[in-house]
Amino acid sequence: MRTLRFLLKKEFRQIFRDKAIVALIFFMPCIQLIVMPLAADYEVRNVNLAVVDHDKSPYSQKLISKVIASGYFRLQGYNSSFHEAFKLIESDKTDLILEIPQGFERNLIREDKQRLFVAVNAINGTKANLGGSYLSSIIGAFNADMRMQLVQQPRYSQFPVIDIVASNWFNPVLNYKVFIVPGILAILVTMVGGFLSALNIVKEKEIGTIEQINVTPIKKHIFILGKLIPFWVLAIIIFTIGLILARVIYGIAPVGSLLTLYLFIAVYLLTVLGFGLLVSTLCDTQQQAMFIMFFFMMVFILLGGLFTSIDSMPDWAKFITRFNPVRYMIEVMRMIILKGSGLKDVLPHLAAVSAMAVVLNGWAILNYKKTN
Amino acid sequence: MAQGEKVIVCDKLTKRFGDFIATNEITFEVNKGEIFGFLGANGAGKTTAMRMLCGLSTPSSGKASIAGFDVYTQTEQIKRNIGYMSQKFSLYENLTVKENIEFFGGIYGLTDQQIETKTEELLNRLGLKSEAKKLVGSLPLGWKQKLSFSVAILHEPKIVFLDEPTGGVDPVTRRQFWDLIYEAAERGITIFVTTHYMDEAEYCNRISIMVDGRIEVLDSPTNLKRSFGVSSMDEVFYQLARSAKRGD
Repeated sequence: MRTLRFLLKKEFRQIFRDKAIVALIFFMPCIQLIVMPLAADYEVRNVNLAVVDHDKSPYSQKLISKVIASGYFRLQGYNSSFHEAFKLIESDKTDLILEIPQGFERNLIREDKQRLFVAVNAINGTKANLGGSYLSSIIGAFNADMRMQLVQQPRYSQFPVIDIVASNWFNPVLNYKVFIVPGILAILVTMVGGFLSALNIVKEKEIGTIEQINVTPIKKHIFILGKLIPFWVLAIIIFTIGLILARVIYGIAPVGSLLTLYLFIAVYLLTVLGFGLLVSTLCDTQQQAMFIMFFFMMVFILLGGLFTSIDSMPDWAKFITRFNPVRYMIEVMRMIILKGSGLKDVLPHLAAVSAMAVVLNGWAILNYKKTN
Repeated sequence: MAQGEKVIVCDKLTKRFGDFIATNEITFEVNKGEIFGFLGANGAGKTTAMRMLCGLSTPSSGKASIAGFDVYTQTEQIKRNIGYMSQKFSLYENLTVKENIEFFGGIYGLTDQQIETKTEELLNRLGLKSEAKKLVGSLPLGWKQKLSFSVAILHEPKIVFLDEPTGGVDPVTRRQFWDLIYEAAERGITIFVTTHYMDEAEYCNRISIMVDGRIEVLDSPTNLKRSFGVSSMDEVFYQLARSAKRGD
């Protein structure tokens, strides 16, 4: 235990001596939490729209102004032919084309039926999809408006109508930030902890000090603990800063118990740091460690449920996410912070990350060889 | 040197890396308190042999015991009884002189009291008192090496292994370095040292010269010069190294 004391003293001295790293460690959470949630938003706005209006009637004008007024679209201009508008799509100047056929107004009134044509530039999938469906629903609403005006409503509708009203729980106004901030916080501690630990032992290998350690009677698990604890403490501090920022800036305070949250974080960090240390023992250079961590971080984050829902992934991907610690972290963050889940609710998650922590740290200790 | 206790006993110690035999059945003994020079051209297998003796590398075959402990099964006991200074400078450059001493003293299990007195002693001995709070990385190489050696024997090991400790160091500092070595030897610490400087070889009680993974000769410098019929260790080394097949 005495040995551990000296190891910790040394690690902390080294970490705090590197001013650049210290600045980065405390600067990063601030920037990420302040800027990212404002910029990275699921809502698609500023969809570029080109209009080809063959009808040029009051009705078509009404439709167009209704579309523009929705605030989601940016009119790129009127084009005289579809062909001309399509050139805009080809040069990526527009995302959508709305073509209004000749006789739009006349047919709508006379035949109570009309077709519109919407062409979507599907290169940016999300934008195209959402833009397309926004446009459809606006047109749908326009259609309903027109019918209201033109057709005398019967006392009872001829068709049964079910109006569905959804009420959103836990995030009543569907504030995107409430959803993303806990996730970003999860990613943040994962990145900081994972990278710092992955680069640490490998750095000692590069500069050769590991030889000097290996030739001492230091015990392997003590050495690994000496590497684990400083980053664990650091990550907890960063997490706390993040939590405070989330409260101050976005007013997001955990609904559930802080104790449960910290208990989970404590165990989760052991998993992440264990993984980093394992990578560190496997690599010979910081470059290798960096690339390996990048690879896994990408997989962890993209399959972590932060940006895309795990429920809608194919089965094989869902299976992979079961071994993804980040996934559990993001889920638990949302559960405890937004939903107020208790210890009992997150027990399965806690069990999963605990198991991973044991395996990864055990593996790291086994893999760290003082003699080869 | 009196034939006393044997602190290093090597019997046909071999290390293979695939088809390559880095160290080929080396057999020798080193007495307590002796300064043993371990010579050989680059790539002759010195560092590999030394790493096996320090418990950093497991031998492929053969036997060896260090301070009475087996190199296969008792590496951790060996590590408690030896000091090691590698070719690469290996103190922490981003820690101060004092912090390095404290750290290495601490992990060898010295008490706080011992660390304090040892630090004091060491800084006085090396004349580094005013540099105690400087980062090790900012010191000149010669000072670093002297510090590194002093840290390697901080815990009073039975044997200290020095792998080219004076590489790149100026002649005056080398001289001072060897004074430190003599002092340590007088205290009963066995010195096992590799070097490329033949004047340093002359300072050793006995030397062995490795060629292509084997120990070709082993004797005192005086006896070696006599049996080769030459006047300097340089010429002994040339005659042996010329027969080497492994290149640089």
